[in-house]
Amino acid sequence: MYGKGLRALSIATVATISLGFSLVFFYAPLDADQGFIQKIFYLHVPLAITALVGFIVGGVFAIAHLRSGDSRWDAYSYVSIHMSVIFGVAVLVTGSIWAKASWGHWWVWDEPTLVSFLIVFLLYATYYPFRYAIEDRDRQARYASVFAVTAGAFVPLNFLAVRLAESLVHPRVFATAEGGLPGSMRLTFLVCLAAIALLWVTLVKFELTAKSASGQVKRLRRALDAPAASGQSRIAPEVS
Amino acid sequence: MTPSRTAFAAILAKDLRAELRTLQSLPAMALFAVTTFVIFRFGLDRTALFGSLAAGVLWATLLFAAILGINRLFVAEREEGGFDAIRLAPIDRTALFAAKAAALLIYLLVLEAIIVPVFAVFFLDSAAALPPLAGVLLLADLGLAATGTLISSMAVHSRARDLLVPLVLLPLVVPLTIAAASATDPLLAIGGPGYDRFGTWLAVLGLYDLVFLLVGYAVFDFLLED
Amino acid sequence: MLSALLPLAAPALPLDEAGKYVAGAYVVFLILIVVYVAIMAAKLQRIERELRELAGFAEQRNRDGESEKVTVDV
Repeated sequence: MYGKGLRALSIATVATISLGFSLVFFYAPLDADQGFIQKIFYLHVPLAITALVGFIVGGVFAIAHLRSGDSRWDAYSYVSIHMSVIFGVAVLVTGSIWAKASWGHWWVWDEPTLVSFLIVFLLYATYYPFRYAIEDRDRQARYASVFAVTAGAFVPLNFLAVRLAESLVHPRVFATAEGGLPGSMRLTFLVCLAAIALLWVTLVKFELTAKSASGQVKRLRRALDAPAASGQSRIAPEVS
Repeated sequence: MTPSRTAFAAILAKDLRAELRTLQSLPAMALFAVTTFVIFRFGLDRTALFGSLAAGVLWATLLFAAILGINRLFVAEREEGGFDAIRLAPIDRTALFAAKAAALLIYLLVLEAIIVPVFAVFFLDSAAALPPLAGVLLLADLGLAATGTLISSMAVHSRARDLLVPLVLLPLVVPLTIAAASATDPLLAIGGPGYDRFGTWLAVLGLYDLVFLLVGYAVFDFLLED
Repeated sequence: MLSALLPLAAPALPLDEAGKYVAGAYVVFLILIVVYVAIMAAKLQRIERELRELAGFAEQRNRDGESEKVTVDV
């Protein structure tokens, strides 16, 4: 049952997001260098971390799918990657806003983490046409899992390569995040990270519950010998 | 069970023989690369290239020529029903991966043996950079061979085969391109080959090769199941 | 009560160039969540519609089954 615990999870998510945003605007002090602009970091970085972890989680589910052959793992893998791609769009948009606010350009190549993320995003964006191009359902699921595993291995390598490529002259602007973060900022950041992570889990659960419900409806339809409905997705795996 | 080495050698030999027989991809890939150089000459409005510009032109061209070859890697199997024979044969499936990757590696090396000298003649003023460049090429080709075989073997069962390989492969080889181009850049500097962070980039290439050879080895079995 | 909270560092809301963008980002984020909820709502509606359709179909079949029984008796 995918819907179990969904309400509690949603409430926890809403609570944490409210708390987090309140802390951002009412508690966290202004950064000495960047001022108000720095506040976007509480949104952008948790989104990025969550999306990346989501991609890795998708890869882990894919391994489980390959080893067990159970298509449920494929559904988990698909939804994880799907949600992380959506969060990825948010990462790029907030990253772009931050670039515009900091340097006046909508995109800069100077921040290696943002550039790495773009590349990872571009790779995972090919997940959809890749699935769509393979017609046989079983094969599609299997190959998608192979893709997810390969892409998961790719993520750390990519960050390493891009980080090395960036000129050492440009300081990593988010270095202040890792370095001496004052306690109040760290607390705010951690709460926001928890909020975004909870949001990801909640939305994934929502997605899986909806899929499961659709799957049950199809099953019922078959059992009743009722005429088939239209609009079947060619790529989203079914959950039953 | 046929020992893997024998199977590997047999598949490799078959592939190379097939390529020699048809003589298809390799001359086409080379011709494509040389024409691309000409286009770059006019597109960039340059008759000589140095440093990062030279590295960029060389690696972009090599990548696109490699993709042409990778597209063809499994096509012969699919069209002639070769997959069924291999699936029925009692061999280790990873021998197939190793053989295909090795065949692709050899194609890439032969391709580069042809077009890198052409590149040097067109755009460079000395061949001093070529020996160390060969090392970079070898490491990069290993990575290309691993990822290219992996993606190509998945794409062969899809509908938009020709589109899928470039689409998925190009982002996947970005770290490899970064490392290869960054290693090549100082090699092609105006004053003569430099070795700025050369070891670092070779290490990154090696790591990339290792990771994707391992991934290919681990997952290839699942690709041949029916 | 509220006035007690104000002494805590009040939100610095410099509505200069940069500030607008950052605030905009948070607003966009919330809007996206709302959009997602709307999409979910649409999915739920579709499922509800299909279930209603299937329930009707099943009841229809039951009624047909019973009416068949009746004719056999006669």
